[in-house]
Amino acid sequence: MGMTITEKILAKSARKETVKPGDNIWLNVDVLMTHDVCGPPTIAIWKKEFGKEAKIWDKDKLVIFPDHYIFTANKHANRNVDILRDFAEEYNVDNYYDVGTARYKGVCHIALAEEGYNIPGTVLIGTDSHTCTSGAFGMFSTGVGNTDAAFILGTGKIWEKVPETMKFTFNGKMPNYLTAKDLILQILGDITTDGATYRAMEFDGEAVFSLSMNERMTLCNMAIEGGGMNGIIPVDEVTEKYIAERSDKTFDKFYSDDDAIYHSKYEYNVEDLVPMVAKPHSPDNKATVREVEGTPITKAYIGSCTGGKISDFRFAAKILQGKKVAVTTFVVPASTEVAKQLSTEMYNGQSLLEIFKSTGAIIAQSSCAACLGGPDDTIGRTVGKDVTISTTNRNFPGRMGSKEADVYLASPLTVAASAVKGVITDPRDVM
Amino acid sequence: MENIIVGKAFVLGDNIDTDQIIPAEHLVYSMDDESEAKMYGKFALSSVPQEKSGLPLGNIPFVADGELVSEYQIIISGSNYGCGSSREHAPYALMKAGAKIIVAESYARIFYRNSVDGGFVVPYECNEKLNDKIKTGDEVKVDIENNTITNITANETYSLNPLGDVLPIVSAGGLFEYARKTGMIE
Ligand code: SF4
Repeated sequence: MGMTITEKILAKSARKETVKPGDNIWLNVDVLMTHDVCGPPTIAIWKKEFGKEAKIWDKDKLVIFPDHYIFTANKHANRNVDILRDFAEEYNVDNYYDVGTARYKGVCHIALAEEGYNIPGTVLIGTDSHTCTSGAFGMFSTGVGNTDAAFILGTGKIWEKVPETMKFTFNGKMPNYLTAKDLILQILGDITTDGATYRAMEFDGEAVFSLSMNERMTLCNMAIEGGGMNGIIPVDEVTEKYIAERSDKTFDKFYSDDDAIYHSKYEYNVEDLVPMVAKPHSPDNKATVREVEGTPITKAYIGSCTGGKISDFRFAAKILQGKKVAVTTFVVPASTEVAKQLSTEMYNGQSLLEIFKSTGAIIAQSSCAACLGGPDDTIGRTVGKDVTISTTNRNFPGRMGSKEADVYLASPLTVAASAVKGVITDPRDVM
Repeated sequence: MENIIVGKAFVLGDNIDTDQIIPAEHLVYSMDDESEAKMYGKFALSSVPQEKSGLPLGNIPFVADGELVSEYQIIISGSNYGCGSSREHAPYALMKAGAKIIVAESYARIFYRNSVDGGFVVPYECNEKLNDKIKTGDEVKVDIENNTITNITANETYSLNPLGDVLPIVSAGGLFEYARKTGMIE
């Protein structure tokens, strides 16, 4: 019987010939990633459970990015970073990217890709639900809680139930008014927020393979918003080129067999799709931008692991160049590398940074910032009855700060177009 | 783990996400320092929209104002309970508030794992929509050996889906206890 890519990677990691959906297996983890919110409790559990002699199973496989609550005066939040720093020092964790140093990176999922940790065919476990982002590299990646992470920290192992796979094929050529965000919002509206619970979401098709790695990450990033265990895209030349620029590791490439068994298959032609939003208060509350156009907004937000990559800012700059924003607009590069690229990347003779500055946007430092609300002094946080249009991934009540705020999720093109008009706007009207 | 748990029910709707269970701004408290850890109980389920908190009436907080612990021990909810972030603080907060059992139609994967592996709360699935049948404040009894839930107030019993593969971890009281029992770790 054939296997899907996800099944093949899990079988390899469990050192088995074959696995099938529903099997409970113990995986050998290749990389464990954690951050400032879940790292400290993970370390505490690890110390408590393994005692004084607690050992990291393989410190080269542990990667720590402080990224969530960084630029804040909140003393508890800062203490979390102190705990990570002390831990990294005490246990000689080389892959620690400290705040306030040249090594600081910003949002973990983007940093993992940039620093060459995403290697096809491997298993990456992170204490963050959007760890599924890395599946864009043909690897198995998923999020877990602190106890599971503490167990991995001591043993390198985790139990998983092999998921069934759902396949999403996008045919056709990507129109210039669509981005990966529109594709995933379309899927989420179709399958709802639990449509992929305990399942793998595999993406393929001409349109998917035409996407950059950044855009592929956007697709996989929001697999969790459908409840998915992981998102995954098979390796091609685009993947190999991206990795070759960042890592000299060799790797296995896995592809789904022709006779692999899928839970379900969905097919789309991107030429039939249109810009989408998720209305408040759920990522599956799908509407076309046309259906909600004209809705007044108070803020626009371009940032996060979903919508704060260089590709997202290229899209936004195309619309914002030479225009002024009509509402407070935040530009939050996901990582410090993206922040640097903003000043070096040119569009029609101007750097992206110049474009954003002259449009009147507020440029913030790289971190998760208001994507998850954060402490009171977090930049971009929603307050009161704000209506924000955002390139982030979640719009649950209170997610970006205020419980009374409305958050619309959209592509960077749609967010930029709406920022210029002050009302939700279809990017096709300003391109 | 006790086999029979009796307590008051707290009823919720579908898609209770982790931001509603414990809002992100509270994730900064230490889980080791008991005086800080209590805050997780205080803010458990504090971001559920008021009209949907404590169904069918709504407007009932899970943890009363000024309290650290809830008067409800058994949470009854709909589908996709615990969707959203990977924060283990979510089932932990429910435990700190005194919750012991959740009965929902379905769970998001990470929340389910965290509940079981951390030994915080027992996540039961039920094929029936119990949040239509049980009211907030009803006295209920969960029988873990026989996989049933009884609404003592209404004198009705429903069957729960057996815990299956995770039962050994639940019975051991969490992943580490399970691993020690089975000799995986010392
Ligand atoms: S940017 Fe948002 S979604 Fe991404 S890791 Fe940070 S908080 Fe999570």
